[in-house]
Amino acid sequence: MSGTLSPMGRVIGVNAGCPLRVHEWFGRVTHTDGRRTTRLRAATRSTRGALVIRFDNVSKSYPKQNRPALRDVSLEIDKGEFVFLVGSSGSGKSTFLRLLLREERATHGQVHVLGKDLARLSHWKVPHMRRQLGTVFQDFRLLPNKTVGQNVAFALEVIGKPRGEIRKAVPQVLELVGLGGKEERMPGELSGGEQQRVAIARAFVNRPLLLIADEPTGNLDPQTSVGIMKLLDRINRTGTTVIMATHDQQIVDQMRKRVIELEQGRLVRDQARGVYGYQH
Amino acid sequence: MRAQFVLSEIGVGLRRNLTMTFAVIVSVALSLALFGGSLLMREQVGTMKGYWYDKVNVSIYLCNKNDAETQPACARGAVTEDQKKQIRADLEKMPIVQDVQFETTDEAYKHYKEQFGKSPIASFLTPDQMQESFRVKLRDPAKYQVVSSAFAQRAGVQEVEDQRKTLEPLLNLLNGMNIAALGVMALMLVVALMLIVNTVRVSAFSRRRETGIMRLVGASSFYIQIPFIMEAAFAGLLGAGFACVLLVGGQYFLVNNWLVHQIDVIQFIGWDAVLAKLPLVLAIGLLMPALAAFVALWRYLKV
Repeated sequence: MSGTLSPMGRVIGVNAGCPLRVHEWFGRVTHTDGRRTTRLRAATRSTRGALVIRFDNVSKSYPKQNRPALRDVSLEIDKGEFVFLVGSSGSGKSTFLRLLLREERATHGQVHVLGKDLARLSHWKVPHMRRQLGTVFQDFRLLPNKTVGQNVAFALEVIGKPRGEIRKAVPQVLELVGLGGKEERMPGELSGGEQQRVAIARAFVNRPLLLIADEPTGNLDPQTSVGIMKLLDRINRTGTTVIMATHDQQIVDQMRKRVIELEQGRLVRDQARGVYGYQH
Repeated sequence: MRAQFVLSEIGVGLRRNLTMTFAVIVSVALSLALFGGSLLMREQVGTMKGYWYDKVNVSIYLCNKNDAETQPACARGAVTEDQKKQIRADLEKMPIVQDVQFETTDEAYKHYKEQFGKSPIASFLTPDQMQESFRVKLRDPAKYQVVSSAFAQRAGVQEVEDQRKTLEPLLNLLNGMNIAALGVMALMLVVALMLIVNTVRVSAFSRRRETGIMRLVGASSFYIQIPFIMEAAFAGLLGAGFACVLLVGGQYFLVNNWLVHQIDVIQFIGWDAVLAKLPLVLAIGLLMPALAAFVALWRYLKV
């Protein structure tokens, strides 16, 4: 095992406290040999904890589009990991996330989420699968006519949770995201960062095993973004797997988490403790 | 299932689409009132036809002993057994006659009671005041004249009557009205259904934020759809309620307080007939919009 690990280990060692140029160099190397890296990781990973996500040669084509949105993507993500999903617009990040949520189905290959083959998951079981996922978006997607507390409670109400449980869980999760006492405020009265915290509270209130964040800091200033990232990191440390699509170079470089890069639908880089990418 | 949550969603949805909901209620009410009205009209036609209408073509009424003074044809007194035998034999010899039935005074009394049981005349009547009669079914109903000319002048016969002649124009009118009512009903029904589909579409669009979030957090499609379906069902039920009010009002004001005093030879349908239709009207008013909403959701609400 140590033999197969050594190239990556060496690179990470170099990366640990190094100037930007080395990142660029590393990016280029993995770019040419992205798929092999993945396979290496898969081999080392299978000995560790339960898998949360597994893609097996997944391709996705949309009707009336010549170029597939995803091409032959294979990867695995373990329980408790924090993964950045990077790539330019149109690289397939959104499709990747939509496949996880089963908003779309793969054209080829298999997508496993939380141990379930999504292609075989019957239609009426999809909601139950989604209850184990939390989702956060760039545009927050809060209900403007409900208070912060009602927004969070809504996520539990619509899956039929008993009221006593909701009354207990909502203040708890708002406290966790740093919005204690703001339960009665309306989303419109809050700053962007606070609104995103509400959205995270809503995504996390049902204690999902996987949190999917689609550019959660895309609408926020750098300082607020750091706060959101700290929150996501804290959630990650409770054991929740976090996968976050982002364009925010600074955040990715600072966090030093696993980075998966897509380019034109292909997986071109899968790097532990990675940085945003060579092109910057 | 949290009933309070669903109920509040329905309330919000109905209020948001108030004008549309109102249109749905009115069109459902009108179409169901016409539906109920046409059912009642059909029943009225059935009542008016009486026992023999659909079974025979010609009735030969025989003289009763009481008719001697009042009816010139019966001046020679009541019909005798021999006369009756002769008439039956002659009838059965005619090739045009398909079937002959004899109605005794008791049977006549019974049938009369069935048809006019509630009218004031019926309560004075006794069986021996009724006439005996031959009820004749013809192979060709148009050739009623053959029977009429053969028996009209015969001793013991009071009158030969073409069963259809008296009621036919009235029944034709009622049937025509019935068909017209059904046609208008069908049109209103289509309008109502289209309104419901449109209401659901607008409702689904105005709540796409909510439904989108519901989908993401894993609400079941039942939970997502039920407010829309209940909205339509509620509006439909309200419409059906109005339809019931219209039917009851129609019976009360139009039939009981007016027509009964205008026309006393016809027995009109009573409250029991009207009330029996109401559950059906309510059930259709509830289920049909719900079904329409369900179908509409297929198109306008991806789950």
